[in-house]
Amino acid sequence: MNASLSFRGASVTAVIVVLLTGVLAVGSLLPASSPVQVSPFIMTLAGKYLAYAMLALAVDLVWGFAGILTLGHAAFFALGGYAMGMYLVREIGARGVYGNADLPDFMVFLSWKSLPWYWWGSDHFPVALALMLVVPAALAGLFGWLAFRSRVSGVYLSIITQALTYALMLAFFQNGFGFGGNNGLTDFKDILGFDLHSSYTRAGMLFISGLILAGALLAGRYVVGGRFGSLLIAVRDAESRTRFLGYRPEQMKLLVWVFSAIIAAIGGALYVIQVGIINPGEFAPANSIEAVIWVAVGGRGTLSGAVIGAILVNLGKTLFTAWLPEMWLYGLGALFMATTLFLPQGLMGLMRHIPKKRPSEVTPEVTSPEGEEA
Amino acid sequence: MTTSPRFSRRDFTKFSLAASAAMLAGVKGAAAAPKGEPIRIGVLHSLSGTMAISETTLKDVILMLVELQNRKGGVLGRPLEAVVVDPASNWPLFAEKARQLLAVDKVASVFGCWTSVSRKSVLPVFEELNGILFYPVQYEGQECSRNVFYTGAAPNQQAIPAVDYLLSADGGGAKRFALIGTDYVYPRTTNQILQNYLKSKGIADADIMVNYTPFGQSDWQTIVSQLKAFGSAGKKTAVVSTINGDANVPFYKELGAQGITATDIPVMAFSVGEEELAGMDTKPLVGQLAAWNYFESIDSPANKSFIKEWHTYTKNPKRTTNDPMEASYIGFNLWVQAVEKVGSTDHDKVIDAMVGLKQANLTGGTAKVLPNHHITKPVYIGEIQDDGQFNVVWQTPKEVPGMAWSPYVAETKNLIGDWTKPINCGNYDTVKKACLGAKHG
Amino acid sequence: MADVAMSGPAALSGRKLWNGARGIFAAVLLSLLFIQPDSARADEDAFAGLATTQFNTIASSVDQIAQQGGPRALPVLRALADKKLFAASEGDALFIRKGDSWEDARSGVPATPDETTLRPVRVNNRVRLAVAAAEAELELVSGTPAERQASATVFYQRHDPAMLPAIDKALSKTDDATLKDTLLNARAAALLSPGAPASDAQAQQQAVAKLRAAGGLDARGILAQASTEETLDPATRKAAEEAVSSIDFELRLWGFGQDAFYGMSLGSVLLLAAMGLAITFGVMGVINMAHGELMMIGAYTTWLTQKAVLSVAPALGSFSLVLAIPAAFLVCGALGIVIERGLIRFLYGRPLETLLATWGLSLILQQVIRSLFGPTNVAVTTPPWLSGSFHLGGIEVTIDRLAIMIFAVVVMAGLTLVLRRTPLGLQMRAVTQNRRMAALMGIRTARVDALTFGLGSGIAGLAGVAVSQIDNVSPNLGQSYIIDSFLVVVFGGVGNLWGTLAAAATLGIGGKALEPLVGAVSGKILLLVLVILYIQRHPRGMFPLRGRGVES
Repeated sequence: MNASLSFRGASVTAVIVVLLTGVLAVGSLLPASSPVQVSPFIMTLAGKYLAYAMLALAVDLVWGFAGILTLGHAAFFALGGYAMGMYLVREIGARGVYGNADLPDFMVFLSWKSLPWYWWGSDHFPVALALMLVVPAALAGLFGWLAFRSRVSGVYLSIITQALTYALMLAFFQNGFGFGGNNGLTDFKDILGFDLHSSYTRAGMLFISGLILAGALLAGRYVVGGRFGSLLIAVRDAESRTRFLGYRPEQMKLLVWVFSAIIAAIGGALYVIQVGIINPGEFAPANSIEAVIWVAVGGRGTLSGAVIGAILVNLGKTLFTAWLPEMWLYGLGALFMATTLFLPQGLMGLMRHIPKKRPSEVTPEVTSPEGEEA
Repeated sequence: MTTSPRFSRRDFTKFSLAASAAMLAGVKGAAAAPKGEPIRIGVLHSLSGTMAISETTLKDVILMLVELQNRKGGVLGRPLEAVVVDPASNWPLFAEKARQLLAVDKVASVFGCWTSVSRKSVLPVFEELNGILFYPVQYEGQECSRNVFYTGAAPNQQAIPAVDYLLSADGGGAKRFALIGTDYVYPRTTNQILQNYLKSKGIADADIMVNYTPFGQSDWQTIVSQLKAFGSAGKKTAVVSTINGDANVPFYKELGAQGITATDIPVMAFSVGEEELAGMDTKPLVGQLAAWNYFESIDSPANKSFIKEWHTYTKNPKRTTNDPMEASYIGFNLWVQAVEKVGSTDHDKVIDAMVGLKQANLTGGTAKVLPNHHITKPVYIGEIQDDGQFNVVWQTPKEVPGMAWSPYVAETKNLIGDWTKPINCGNYDTVKKACLGAKHG
Repeated sequence: MADVAMSGPAALSGRKLWNGARGIFAAVLLSLLFIQPDSARADEDAFAGLATTQFNTIASSVDQIAQQGGPRALPVLRALADKKLFAASEGDALFIRKGDSWEDARSGVPATPDETTLRPVRVNNRVRLAVAAAEAELELVSGTPAERQASATVFYQRHDPAMLPAIDKALSKTDDATLKDTLLNARAAALLSPGAPASDAQAQQQAVAKLRAAGGLDARGILAQASTEETLDPATRKAAEEAVSSIDFELRLWGFGQDAFYGMSLGSVLLLAAMGLAITFGVMGVINMAHGELMMIGAYTTWLTQKAVLSVAPALGSFSLVLAIPAAFLVCGALGIVIERGLIRFLYGRPLETLLATWGLSLILQQVIRSLFGPTNVAVTTPPWLSGSFHLGGIEVTIDRLAIMIFAVVVMAGLTLVLRRTPLGLQMRAVTQNRRMAALMGIRTARVDALTFGLGSGIAGLAGVAVSQIDNVSPNLGQSYIIDSFLVVVFGGVGNLWGTLAAAATLGIGGKALEPLVGAVSGKILLLVLVILYIQRHPRGMFPLRGRGVES
């Protein structure tokens, strides 16, 4: 498979995303009487899907191109979300339940007297943005530096990414940790002075999300498209050989890993603004696994596929939890099984020519549990 | 006691499908069959994921109540139709589904939520779209929204009376308390309230132990042995448990294994009801306590007929009933009353009509809707029996009015909620004579 | 010293009832001959309290009955504890239910009351405590040796000074050394308790020394109370305080042993949960996310077996667990083979995609169980022979946990045997090491794959049997074990059974060592971080597999 062909569609997808969000945003501003008015319900759904698409894109960058199966990317997503959530909670100010201008409600509720140090400055939007980018990037950097330097790979890496997000989930669940415990951060009022519940803010946010997603797609395409991308794929498919050729696989992996964490974090921030709640459940390992599944459904290593997979699977979830509240898990489970069995390259695989060789026909040479595909 | 495997949810689904099909086809029931455009109500309970274990039953109760109401002629002469969605124990999904129910399905009211975080998640949606939510589970209080009716217990309707009982001679005259809970808001707040309350009753700090565990804690060996050591200070010791959901079974199993009986160290639980006991072997637990506003074993005509209807509806004569089911029952009937009273399902009219309404509860008393959108409830203390039921050993002389804000928490002791004129505020400071912050909680 | 320390309400019901004839004879004699009419009247008054609805009246009535003694005391108290004592709604008549018939509680004469007017006498913890004490009082003189020993223990735990005369009387009548020791402890405890008759400082200090020698939590509690008791001699209080701190020191030392036991117990649960994965994942390289669901199905099989046995042969109900072991192995093993043939075999060579497919499968399996048996917990009962605990020095050993440890060791040994000593094991290892070569040697690799996966799944089923004894059995069961199981296998080193054992033990003991220090949540977080850091340093776990085919 010629990898460089596989994400040619990325720019097309980016354009489509921007156009679609633009249409939705304009549609939502039409009067309610108009037959083509887009309801706030659709708008919040669309916002959520776009945020999830960012997460899927981030997963695809590391899984599709660097061969790192991450089962913990929701950690970066949630950290970005919390950074934004902190700002949004501070924006409530004295309009909270207790009318306390300095402390968020949950701190008053737990009888805290002052803000913990790690909340300092969180009422300034630029600080929130910086936190949103720096914290996940720093965590990813540290984790990746340790892991790639020691050549932790394959399933070992997958499991410790899962352990990482699990540990963070447990930590954030604790009320003493200072982020609202299980209830998380919620009841946001506005962002930079714009009312979060007004249709104009919603339309604006959706369009901005569309732009950011398109930007991330193009940036991702730029990173993995050129010489660096070819090298990454070389690392994915034959790490040792690449190393013997004099390259430094761990540095390349680290770079794409941190880049991907930042994209996930931005997705998390967009998610919180549009969904209105962030709580430790977002760290759940199951969420990370689902993100991998979106990528698999859409088509691994294609960038566009990740976006399409995330949107389609979540659309399916929205519809099935409403139509078949008692049966939808069968549908979702069957979808995952069918995708892996019959669409090894996801939906994007359908659009391409028939693959030359079906991986399922390959008998394992040596059954080693290591992650990379042959 | 076990739920029979013969009964399956599939049967039940078939049954309810058949029932609603019959309803839609206009098959005449005993009473005058409701006509016209159905009134839709939303059911927002998790049917999958971790909370399905508790919430599925509440969905079934609402479906049963809808069926009964339709048999009685519906509401305003129109049939009721339940819109069931599955928020899958996923809190953001709760918000999404709430928005769907209110904006897309245009439901007249929503019955739903169990955990506090799910309620917190949907609250902004209900306030934005001016919906009505009936919340049927005991909770930590410190909230009072115009759009929510809290038909479960506030802390003063469960926790405080329960501790009073433990302090009394009948309850063993405990002098030392271990407050054991899952680490989330309900136990944290309840324990904070209880700590202040116990101190006001002369219990020293050293005689109060507080311990929090993660959700789904399954290994209780260390904590139970710590409890045992804590209980060996020569003073009568009691445990107040706010352990949530699944973690209760392994906790009680470990208590049994380490030989702690109710006569040694009684455990007063706030989240263990008949449904939880149905999944346990209760013989080693005889005498352990729970505080609720309803027990299945309470002998009253209303309760008997409710249980009978439930068994008929679920086709399972062993299916238990529990406190949140009664709270759902009360909420549903209050809503029906309010709609009948104003002759419309208009949200604002219904909300305003609710305050002051009375509804007979299942245990022989009356639930009255208070200006703070909580209700009056009797408090019962029950001891676990070997048949998985509770034996009521104590009850309040009359119904206790629910308090949204706790007087035992410094920040909220001056707050009240009152959604009637002229105050019309969920968090009104009675000293400053002002409505704090935004108009809700 | 090893004594079985399980008592409580359950123990009351199992006792032999008195010979009714003797009671009837005595009662008839009394009523006919009017001997001691005053005492008979007082007797009746004592019983009358039982017919009220006030718990405090019932409890004091129980105390009174015990003090008066008499042939009807024990049968009535036992009936009360067993909820077989009924009172008429009018008046103070009391009846005991004997199967389908009734007898008058006071006389023991068969009676035919109007059943519609009867209500059970109310019991709460306070009444239960009073009954236990009253029974102890009555049985201390008249019971079997075992009953007397149990009674003495109740006396010790209750340490009510009012019982001193009874203790002294019993002391004078017994030669049994163990019983005597317990009684002496009880006597010492009663002497130091509030309301004890005035005693001299020497007697008090002897009592402190006696309790200090007895040790344990009960003694600690009594001594702690004594150290604050104003009526006692100041020197006694000081001695009690010292005794408490020295018992505390002793308890702390034992605490290490106790924590080690808890740790091994947690470790053995982790080991059971991870062992199946060590096969399917470690040996075959299949990331089976439905592993937890196989455990869950094993637990449900246990439940179904229990129900089946109870309906077919109720007498054997307590041994259904033994039957559940092979049943769960076969059910899950068969299911595993079906999964392998139907799903996994198409995914060899794409190990990461087995993760996605089996994740989908796990959702379906959860929903299947939810649809079939409902979303709520089902009750798997713990058989009596697995209940309770015993003491090994200062370490309390809970029997169910001990059984799980032994079970884990047996399964581990069995699995090692299968891998090392059977043709299947040989073939499995051959296929693992070099599939193509194995195939050329005539091994039917497809069949070996299916059987290997079946074996791993069967072991998951066995883990489910064990877990059903200590945890919820609900459709969500599997979810709570899957992360830990993978962590154990990876931490230990993929493909190495001994690594799995070492990792399970490390995580179990480490977790339980951290828990008392930093709490359950922080302990778990800390452990996860330590494991992450460890794997960063040792990228192939504790026991890396060596040899060819290791490098990815």
